[in-house]
Amino acid sequence: MTSNKRIKIVLAKPGLDGHDQGAKVVVRALMDAGFEVVYTGLRQTPEQVARIAVEEDADVIALSSLAGAHLPFCRKLKPLLEANGLADKLWMIGGNIPRQDHDELRALGFEGVFPTGAKLDDIVNYIRENAA
Amino acid sequence: MNDMTRPQPGAVVNESGIEVKPLYTAADVEASGGLGMIGQPGEYPYTRGIHPMMYRRRPWTMRQYTGFGNAADTNRRFKYLIANGQTGLNVAFDLPTQIGLDSDDPLAEGEVGRVGMAVDTLEDFETAFEGIDLDAITVSLTINGAAAILIAMYLAMAEKRGYDVKKLRGTAQNDILKEFIGRGTWIFPVEPSVKLVGDTIEYCARHAPKYTPVSVCGYHIRESGATPAQEMAFAFCIAKAYADETIRRGLAIDEFAGRLSYNFNVFGNIFEQVAKFRAGRALWAKIVKEHYGATDPQSMWLRMIAGGGGGGLTFEQPEINIVRGAYYALIAALSGAQTMALCCYDEAYTIPSEYAQRISLRTMQLLIDEMGLTETVDPLGGSWYVETLTNQMRAKMEEIMADADARGGIVKLVAEGAVQAQVSAQAYAMQRAIEEGRFPKTGVNRHRIEEEAPHVELHPYREEDARAQIAALDRVRARRDAGRVKQALAQVRADAQAGANVMPAIVGAVKAYATVGEIMRELVGVYGRYREPIRF
Repeated sequence: MTSNKRIKIVLAKPGLDGHDQGAKVVVRALMDAGFEVVYTGLRQTPEQVARIAVEEDADVIALSSLAGAHLPFCRKLKPLLEANGLADKLWMIGGNIPRQDHDELRALGFEGVFPTGAKLDDIVNYIRENAA
Repeated sequence: MNDMTRPQPGAVVNESGIEVKPLYTAADVEASGGLGMIGQPGEYPYTRGIHPMMYRRRPWTMRQYTGFGNAADTNRRFKYLIANGQTGLNVAFDLPTQIGLDSDDPLAEGEVGRVGMAVDTLEDFETAFEGIDLDAITVSLTINGAAAILIAMYLAMAEKRGYDVKKLRGTAQNDILKEFIGRGTWIFPVEPSVKLVGDTIEYCARHAPKYTPVSVCGYHIRESGATPAQEMAFAFCIAKAYADETIRRGLAIDEFAGRLSYNFNVFGNIFEQVAKFRAGRALWAKIVKEHYGATDPQSMWLRMIAGGGGGGLTFEQPEINIVRGAYYALIAALSGAQTMALCCYDEAYTIPSEYAQRISLRTMQLLIDEMGLTETVDPLGGSWYVETLTNQMRAKMEEIMADADARGGIVKLVAEGAVQAQVSAQAYAMQRAIEEGRFPKTGVNRHRIEEEAPHVELHPYREEDARAQIAALDRVRARRDAGRVKQALAQVRADAQAGANVMPAIVGAVKAYATVGEIMRELVGVYGRYREPIRF
């Protein structure tokens, strides 16, 4: 990114999961930290997430998943993000993400994994250090 | 608000915003309004309990939230819990079912049977409750957006098994307004969503008068960031919206209010929680009697399931959640809950194991067997602290309800996303307070340890179960009378278009083995889909 552009984050709720308390808390923390945040709302398909990320020219694509369907979703989202020229953006995921899934998520390109218990400041710092 | 509840700097203040003193005396009770609203158990305004003998007559019903995979998997877990002494069922449905998608819908891929039992047709209900005596074990369906369809399935299944629907008991959650605030399984826009709740209440009042068609949930509003006082106040605002919708159809309050129930959370300060429930009972009774003019005492009863406590449990040191659960069950027992359920210690990780479910069940059972909690009604009644706090909580709830009404009423506030923004701002403030150590949380900002992998058994998700569910759905589709299905679905659409009560047509459609997704398509075709307001 150019130095005078604020980091822009698209934060999405993937799939059918309706638990958005955590996602909204993270949105507020990111806004407080000075990032530009686009929150998609619930029930986004992989296609919708990729489209919004392109339209918004996002630097960061972040997912919040609490209901366990994160792996099948991320497997579908990865090629769509790549096909839309978003491979060099920062991909992140948070929520109820069991430890046993972290390696596969990272291998898929979701480098930032922030499971339940992660601190808001750690999420903010991770983006500051890795999004560009 | 009076000066007592306006906290001074450095004061101890509970989550609802009420200052807590180091000592209470009879003078505090008087200053907070006295004992005019306390009454006797079983007598208006029911502060001390809705029955004169409470748990002496019957202990609370134990109803763990359960469901996963397909109906046969869930039926086995139901029977395990019943064999272990559980006295009610509370069914968890998968997300496709909750938002009205069939298991073979492309949007359902990866989600079939994941967080609850998959339901496509009446056949799934027949399997889920096979071998379970529906007179002895009451069933609560945790379903909201698709509630009209699943209530119809439950009634049709019971009727097919020979039960008299006029006498059938059971409960559906069916509280869509709270789904817009938290939990998120909405389907239609706000207005037709409320209309559908009215349809179910009206239909049940006329055809299944012992069935509880709505369980109004403060629970998820609390989980979304509300204070305990807001939890109950917003729930009452929502219940009033459903009551108004039903009265508009010509039903009298006493024809349906006795079959409304509630679902509340229990995490937080023990005394604030107990006061919340005691205050709420009196406030709801007063609303139903004075505002709606009810004369039947049952209409005024705040019947509730209290428990869960998910928002209070931690990912860190999960085994201490067992201890939290024990205190939560104690709160529910001291509060006079009719039904209890507990989140399991492993729920921050997974669908609870049988082992975790059994621990939760035993937690509730030992309160009955070993702790003397069923012997005396409202044992905290008469405590100067609890009585003062009960008066203060009631005043706080009335203040919150009046404020919501002054801002245009709960339906408008939910449609605009105003309540959502309010509670999510509070959730953020609470998360910051926890992370900065200002709000103590054991294992999180107090008494942390270097943790190894927790002793939690992760529930497996089996893709083959989803494929089996879809194969079963295909078999039902091939076997059923296609002409009858088509006609039944056309009736659903026609009644929805006419603005009529759609329940009779939906009951006809489920009996023809129309699928959840097929019926939902007809309803969405008429009512449209909700668009979420994004507001911060």
